[in-house]
Amino acid sequence: MIEIGLGHYLTLGAIIFTIGIVGIFLNRKNIIVILMSIELILLAVNINLVSFSIYLNDLSGQVFTLFILTVAAAEAAIGLAIIVVYYRNAGTIRVEEIDNLKG
Amino acid sequence: MIAHAIFFYVFSLIAIISAIMVTVSKNTVHSVFFLILDFISISCLFIMIGAEFLGMIMLIVYVGAVAVLFLFVVMMLNVAQQKNQWLLSEDSSGHIPIGLIISALIFFELIIVIGGWKYKPDLFNSNNLNTSSELSNTHSLGQILYTDYIHVFQISGMILLIAMIGAIVLTFRQREGVKKQSYIKQISRERSEGVEVLDVPSNKGVKIDD
Repeated sequence: MIEIGLGHYLTLGAIIFTIGIVGIFLNRKNIIVILMSIELILLAVNINLVSFSIYLNDLSGQVFTLFILTVAAAEAAIGLAIIVVYYRNAGTIRVEEIDNLKG
Repeated sequence: MIAHAIFFYVFSLIAIISAIMVTVSKNTVHSVFFLILDFISISCLFIMIGAEFLGMIMLIVYVGAVAVLFLFVVMMLNVAQQKNQWLLSEDSSGHIPIGLIISALIFFELIIVIGGWKYKPDLFNSNNLNTSSELSNTHSLGQILYTDYIHVFQISGMILLIAMIGAIVLTFRQREGVKKQSYIKQISRERSEGVEVLDVPSNKGVKIDD
């Protein structure tokens, strides 16, 4: 317990990843919280990559974490733009009321 | 070592609790604040484990840009005070147990994978890239980012450019009834349509603007 190893960091990543999945499945509010859950999932992936990169002494993991950061920022910007446009057109972004496609 | 363990447990506990609060909090603005707290504690973990550059970049990118973007949109859209029906909704309770079961399955699979990793100690002998101990983390990261991964780096810049253009095009709105300059009209004016030379008869004058 005292010796912090790779398994501790991987477990932390797994817990945060699962919390993100739960947030996507059980969300009844608006889409913005779903976007935040996706950010949590990407954060868990970053934790895994960085801890493997440190413990294997290989810097490629940190480089790919940088790229994941880039893609996450782009995804957040596009997703929030889509939400703003949808709210302007439909007047709501509640998850239950977005059923135009009858899915 | 004990200090390392204490710091790890404190930061990871804060991270997990704030991640839970992101999902269950009633107010969306509070969710954004807990997301910021989550990012800060995870970047503290990154700095503690030895990836200082990534920790600082996470602070700048997530707390400085992405979280502020979320806050901006939440406050602009007037959705902060919507009722939270988490686990209480009557009409749509069918998928909640299934979601919980699938999430538990995913968590146990991840834990099993982590447990299996301990029994493969030979995988730890990876071929190191140029990681020498006298260089700082930022220095060595830059040395391989701008040499080995230069094409991926350029492609990520293109992704950012496309995201910027896409966000602007999506949210751009042409308003009706707003007077604007038309640069094309101004530039393409010529002498023949701008100036008219008249022959003015004496004692009569001419009428312009008729």
